[in-house]
Amino acid sequence: MRGMMMVARRDLAAYLNNVWGYAVIAVVLVVDGILFNAVALGDRPKYSAEVMEQFFYFSFGTTVIASMLLTMRLVAEERQTGTLVLIDSSPLRPWQIIGGKYLSAMTVLAGLILVTLYMPALVFVNGKVSYGHIVAGYTGLLLVAAATAAIGTFASTVSRSQLVAGFASTALTVVLVVFWLLAKVADPPLKDVFSYMSLYDRHFRGFMQGQINTEDIVFYVSIAFVSLMLSTRFMAARRWR
Amino acid sequence: MIEVEGLTRYYGDFAAVQDASFSIGEREIVGFLGLNGAGKSTILKVIAGLLMPSAGTVRVGGVDALEDPDTLRTKIGFLPEEPPLYREMQVREFLRWAGQAKGCSAKEVDAELPKVIELCDLGTMQHKVIDELSHGYRKRVGIAQAIIHRPEVVILDEPISGLDPQQIVEMRKVVRSLKERATVLISSHILTEVAVTCDRVLVIHGGRIVATGSTDELAEQQGGGGSVTLSLRGTVDAVKEALSSSDAVTDFEVDEDEALVRADVTLADGERARDELVAHVVAAGLGVFAVADTVSELEQAFLQLTRGDAKATLAKEEKAS
Repeated sequence: MRGMMMVARRDLAAYLNNVWGYAVIAVVLVVDGILFNAVALGDRPKYSAEVMEQFFYFSFGTTVIASMLLTMRLVAEERQTGTLVLIDSSPLRPWQIIGGKYLSAMTVLAGLILVTLYMPALVFVNGKVSYGHIVAGYTGLLLVAAATAAIGTFASTVSRSQLVAGFASTALTVVLVVFWLLAKVADPPLKDVFSYMSLYDRHFRGFMQGQINTEDIVFYVSIAFVSLMLSTRFMAARRWR
Repeated sequence: MIEVEGLTRYYGDFAAVQDASFSIGEREIVGFLGLNGAGKSTILKVIAGLLMPSAGTVRVGGVDALEDPDTLRTKIGFLPEEPPLYREMQVREFLRWAGQAKGCSAKEVDAELPKVIELCDLGTMQHKVIDELSHGYRKRVGIAQAIIHRPEVVILDEPISGLDPQQIVEMRKVVRSLKERATVLISSHILTEVAVTCDRVLVIHGGRIVATGSTDELAEQQGGGGSVTLSLRGTVDAVKEALSSSDAVTDFEVDEDEALVRADVTLADGERARDELVAHVVAAGLGVFAVADTVSELEQAFLQLTRGDAKATLAKEEKAS
């Protein structure tokens, strides 16, 4: 655990010492704010619950994009700059390296997601919305961040450059998002598989509407677990290639 | 300290190292000498626990690289050719992090830090951001991160590459002083560097260990007397005749260069071969305008061990310099 925290601490400091981290956070917050004003609040009267639903809808997209942008550097940057050998030649185990890097990215993402709380707070003060809806929506956003950050970590682990890592994680995530479209045209049993694998449609709508379903939590946690496990395996296998 | 037996390492179908066996004692400075692509870095990476062997065994301080690679890595400090540094960090902060990442407690690192900073002469730079340092100082920080956890073996891959002459002299001092703390392995393709810094040399060619010993022993084993370039006054035929009849010469090439005749001569073994050659050409009635050493005894030994590949590389390096 200590080794993982060492890696996480260093990577977190790298985010905070780097203009890239701040730029991603700033852009995501600006886009979130604009969409909240233009789309969620809109120009016609709405129920608070509808505003919240739309807020969580576009926050899903901005969270996924922030996740891709923040995780693409994790391992690929170290490979590019040659510092990977520093942690490779240390007694740190692959799970500690991957776990530490993932933890640092999740800390930044969680911070970013929680900073957007001022928007639901405005609705809470000026409208009528339940705590439960806000808690469910944010639980969903954190789970989406956990899953997509793990996908990004995996893409960064297997890629030689940050750019390739960015493309790879985007491609993987887009495939998972558009599975719901494939589910519409596919026949059973593929229809059920595509539907279950859909990152947004099947598993996030509930959170948007203020519901927390165990099946959805299991889905996002599974995606994160499998992605991190594959990353760890890949890190360990590099010594044999 | 280090026992390597039958080490083989493949990259795909390509065997980078084949059946390498050697042992290295405590507090030795050993140079791994070979041409680019000879397999030196691969051997060092396997010893450092960065790569796993395809076959054979590697033991450092009794710890097997395959059975317990994590413990093995605690015994090793590794500096690759390009120092692996987090450039946004300050020197001191980076070394504290590196020490702890290598398994030391914060207390242990704090106790070791002043000694390492003094040894690597980083006192004035310890609070600077690494990105602001010169290449020479970055190399020093690289060495400092390799020794901060008091490893039993320190591995330095091409430690003087990219350094200016003054930095090279200072780096040699640092490397020699490491001997008091650990066994030191150095990889290099620069013969003079290995001769000056190392107690013993392993010559690697085509992924195999082709010779081992001190630089003097290697020169003696290979019977290498070195090479000289003579600039002589006389005709090409007379020079050829004189060189052919000399016992001090094993091989030569003659070239007419304006008024002079230039002869690249490979000397026979023996301390006096050079003197005998000069005396012989003077006795043959040729005027000696200049005698220049072109290949040292170690270079000669290296050339013989690695044959044609090395000759081409040395010629290229000589031309470039």
